[in-house]
Amino acid sequence: MLSWLFSVATFAGIYALLALGINVIWGMGGMINLGMAGFFALGAYASALATTSGGLPIPIGLALAAGLAALAGGLLCRLTLRLRGDYLAIVTLGFSELVRLVAANEIWLTNGSDGISGVPGPWRSELTPFRFNVLSFALVAAAVVVIWALTERLRRAPWGRALRAIRDDDTAAAVAGKPIRRFKIQAFALGAAILGLAGAFYGHYTSYIAPDIFRPLITIYIFLALTAGGTGNTTGAIVGAVAVVLVLEGSRFLEGWTSVLGGVQKAALREVFIGVALIAIMQLRPLGLLPEKSPGPFLKRKSR
Amino acid sequence: MLDLLPQFLVNGIITGALLAIPTIGFTAIFAVLRFPNFAVASHATVGAFAGLVANVYWGLPAVPSLAFAFLIAGIVGLVSDEIALKPLRKHGALTTAIASIALTIVLENIIRFFFGNELRGYDLPLVRDTRFGDVRVNPQQLENLALAVVIMVLVFTALKYTRMGKAMRAVADNPGLADLKGIDAALVGRVVAFAGMGLVGIGGMLFGLGTSIDPLTGFRFILPIFAAAVVGGLGSIPGAVLGAMIVGVGEEMSALVLEPAYKSAVGFLAIVLVLTFRPSGLLGERAY
Repeated sequence: MLSWLFSVATFAGIYALLALGINVIWGMGGMINLGMAGFFALGAYASALATTSGGLPIPIGLALAAGLAALAGGLLCRLTLRLRGDYLAIVTLGFSELVRLVAANEIWLTNGSDGISGVPGPWRSELTPFRFNVLSFALVAAAVVVIWALTERLRRAPWGRALRAIRDDDTAAAVAGKPIRRFKIQAFALGAAILGLAGAFYGHYTSYIAPDIFRPLITIYIFLALTAGGTGNTTGAIVGAVAVVLVLEGSRFLEGWTSVLGGVQKAALREVFIGVALIAIMQLRPLGLLPEKSPGPFLKRKSR
Repeated sequence: MLDLLPQFLVNGIITGALLAIPTIGFTAIFAVLRFPNFAVASHATVGAFAGLVANVYWGLPAVPSLAFAFLIAGIVGLVSDEIALKPLRKHGALTTAIASIALTIVLENIIRFFFGNELRGYDLPLVRDTRFGDVRVNPQQLENLALAVVIMVLVFTALKYTRMGKAMRAVADNPGLADLKGIDAALVGRVVAFAGMGLVGIGGMLFGLGTSIDPLTGFRFILPIFAAAVVGGLGSIPGAVLGAMIVGVGEEMSALVLEPAYKSAVGFLAIVLVLTFRPSGLLGERAY
């Protein structure tokens, strides 16, 4: 039971990383990334391949995952920079389908739809499953804290302020002399790197990845987490991610009580619930449960 | 390999014509309601399953089943737009686009709830391929092609000559001016949500006629639909037809150089090429 709790908490941490990554792109930058699952998969595959076939240590796998995802994100953002956001939505969604297609078909590299098993985890063989869960949770939690601190610092820094100005009115920001394209590409690449990192953590924790794991559904989970928590709010992203994982896991308990429905039907109902919840929150609380507060520098000075 | 070229070309034209139908729906919704409605994925599935019910459960032939697919996908499109997406449009196109993905997940899983994950096929008479020289065509494919052409002619006639068609083009072209002339934009929006998703539903069933369907059917077609819309010019209805032809022929021709599994990657490649060299698409963004 305790081991299961740590396992749930680890997944919550991975979701929190994803929500933090999307928060940089969508919450802080106002750019849409509907291909989140693609960057998540890219990171997971990059790190898994580097540490299995490549024989490299896990930290290098993590770095590769973040780097590759950042590169892909930067290029996609660059491609649609002059166009309206609608195009970025289409391109990113297309990208995630492409990643899934490559993962399912390049069998020599990714083992196709059978997936890659035996992805190494830190000291997995030396530890009991319980201790491995505790260690994984500690590592993921540390990563969440580091990324939280980093993005929160960036949000309060001039970089974050400029990015917010671009999000709210890019013409005004451009008139104020901000290089808006560079800011947008940087923000998208940074967010994508966090998504890739989350993918790498996922692979090393579960030891198994396959194309089917990275379905568009997970993109909805994360947008729900971020919207519920408060778009643009770094802490809200983490709170939202934990809440979504609790709802997902909690619904498994409810499933035990009904025996009329088959497994597929229960899973379908859960996903209907997630989708309806996202639309409802967007309509009723568009700013989320913890709305973004601009870190006003003046207020801060007064309080000192 | 080159002797297969005429065959690939014919396959490509048939694929393109089928692809044009849902692409017209997607691009028309974009032109009038100004957001990329990713719920096309689930509406293609809804149409495919509505057609399945009419065809397999009620024993109707293909054409009435397609009409039923249009009706059901259109009603679902209208109702879900009113409830889920319309209230969000004031928050911007991107917020609505995110909600449309959530809507896709909801509708797809409602279908999964009732029909399960199994692959299902339509109940159609099996017929031999017809040969024209070196080119083999299945009569079912020819019938689909003819249906697609008839539907396109109907759409273009409606847009050009009916009051509603003209109103639709006016709203797409200049919403402010259309409003000034007393055109009811909300009504036009409802008609487009119904007819657009209805066409997407027909598209889902037309694709399903050639293979089999499951709740993920729609998601498999979104990449070519987006690609066709972007290549032709997002929001342009003639562009949707042109883009669909290019993507359809491109997909089939890709068999010369790529493995068949990568057919749908052609769509992504087409998007990247067009956005790099001609971002507004081949025919621009004017609706008509």
